[in-house]
Amino acid sequence: MIKASKLAYEYIRRDEEGNVEGIVRALDGVDLDIKSGDFVAILGHNGSGKSTIAKEINAILEPTEGVLFVNNYDTSKEENIWDIRQSAGMVFQNPDNQLVASVVEEDVAFGPENLGVPTDEIILRVAEALEKVGMTAYRNSSPNHLSGGQKQRIAIAGILAMKPKCIVLDEPTAMLDPNGRKEVISTIHELNKKEGITILLITHYMDEVVGCDKVIVMDNGKVVMQGTPREIFSRPDEIKKHKLDLPQVTELADELAKEGVDMPKGILSIDEFVEAFTSRYAGK
Amino acid sequence: MLYLDKVNYIYQKGTAMEMPALHDVSIEIRDGEFIGVIGHTGSGKSTLIQHLNGLVKPTSGNIYYNGRDIWDEDFSRKELRTKVGLVFQYPEYQLFETTVEKDVEFGPTNMKLPKLEVQMRAFEALKTVGIGEDLYDVSPFDLSGGQKRRVAIAGILAMRPEVIVLDEPTAGLDPCGRDEILEAIARIRKERNITVVLVSHSMEDVARYVDRLIVMDHGMVKFDGPTKEVFQNYEELEKIGLAAPQVTYLTAALMKKGVPLPGIATTVEEAKEMLKAVTGAR
Repeated sequence: MIKASKLAYEYIRRDEEGNVEGIVRALDGVDLDIKSGDFVAILGHNGSGKSTIAKEINAILEPTEGVLFVNNYDTSKEENIWDIRQSAGMVFQNPDNQLVASVVEEDVAFGPENLGVPTDEIILRVAEALEKVGMTAYRNSSPNHLSGGQKQRIAIAGILAMKPKCIVLDEPTAMLDPNGRKEVISTIHELNKKEGITILLITHYMDEVVGCDKVIVMDNGKVVMQGTPREIFSRPDEIKKHKLDLPQVTELADELAKEGVDMPKGILSIDEFVEAFTSRYAGK
Repeated sequence: MLYLDKVNYIYQKGTAMEMPALHDVSIEIRDGEFIGVIGHTGSGKSTLIQHLNGLVKPTSGNIYYNGRDIWDEDFSRKELRTKVGLVFQYPEYQLFETTVEKDVEFGPTNMKLPKLEVQMRAFEALKTVGIGEDLYDVSPFDLSGGQKRRVAIAGILAMRPEVIVLDEPTAGLDPCGRDEILEAIARIRKERNITVVLVSHSMEDVARYVDRLIVMDHGMVKFDGPTKEVFQNYEELEKIGLAAPQVTYLTAALMKKGVPLPGIATTVEEAKEMLKAVTGAR
């Protein structure tokens, strides 16, 4: 679905007078191979290059070096832009910046309208998309009156109506409350499982990573760690070195292990912790 | 020092859009407290904090600052706003000056303080939030997200408020930026002994930092008490769209399985000590 080889992106930083201050290598030799139907999380602190990847995938930025293929379209070729954007839809951080219409239904219809989809087909697609994100009841509401989580689900529905193969979400929950975060995360998991849509979730909330197939950690424009959530979270010291957090249960198990308590590495959930702990220390 | 007595607030009263936002809210904020306010979007927490420095006038009820009703005719709300400093969400969007130093000086300059005093206060405030002198002449727009936010907080601190209210100061920051901000706030509180009110969506953060937690739901105060006691109600919290830290659920689950813990934990450190004690590890 998404394939990158030695992908690099550089931009020139200028001062106020327009003089060149330096060159920033935001992506530095990134190799990616994301298969159709995968749920992949990209982690990294601010400035690590993770949002630049999202922009590359959406052909907002062109590779400086290397190649990037999205759904077999080369992102460096301008004639592919519209096919790429239809294949890989993007959801951004701020829900208020991506809703355009005054009625939910119209907002969801905006994408397919621009693609020139016939009206009858649009109506079907909008109804279907709203159903999939659980927002049918709000189809005639004004987006202004929705919660943050609901707004993000409308943004996702707008992407779905374009029938993408892949959705890239750039910190979609950063501005939401706990409930809104749960809504959005469970919605994208469902789309991945039921519709087989490839999901690329960029985040710095570690607890959102636990249910993914694969985790990619970025730092300094490079992919520095890659693996299943369990593999990644089994290397707590490395994660911390890249200025990231651990889920609380993972951190607790790791801290206890350091103090001589017998706990396995890479614990991801409360259930796993309880199981591991009680099997070792029951009745003591 | 700040006392809200049966405060009610109704949005757009008298129109078709009329909507109650606060209902009979009574809260006493005492000197030097570190208070967290949580609640889902629309629970009334932002409306609540806008009442604290007189930005919004209650539909009914009274607010007292050091014993005086802030809506009395002869009460200076302009002065109140220098005593109760409000840091809005995404405060970095409100930076506008050409240099970091000038931006921080804006507040005290408006208070008509002498120039030297203004400079001293800016220096002191920037030091407290951990912004070094090398950044004074830099444009605030060239800073990182965490730095911008600390500069915005310094702008409020430079007015030397007695209370500082922060509306989700860590929203949108990565773990590193978040720690920078929270550490700065904890340091401010310690050094200046000022009262801090922290509105947050992160249960982990409030559990780690605040002593007292106020939970808002539907414009009402649902819980108000020591942080740990409030998190005892984690099942209730979930019903109103909130949560407790993950270790709280973990310790509750362990207890259900018969692990003899003294109670729920709210931070990783606390859980670690409890579990270590159970295993007998030293």
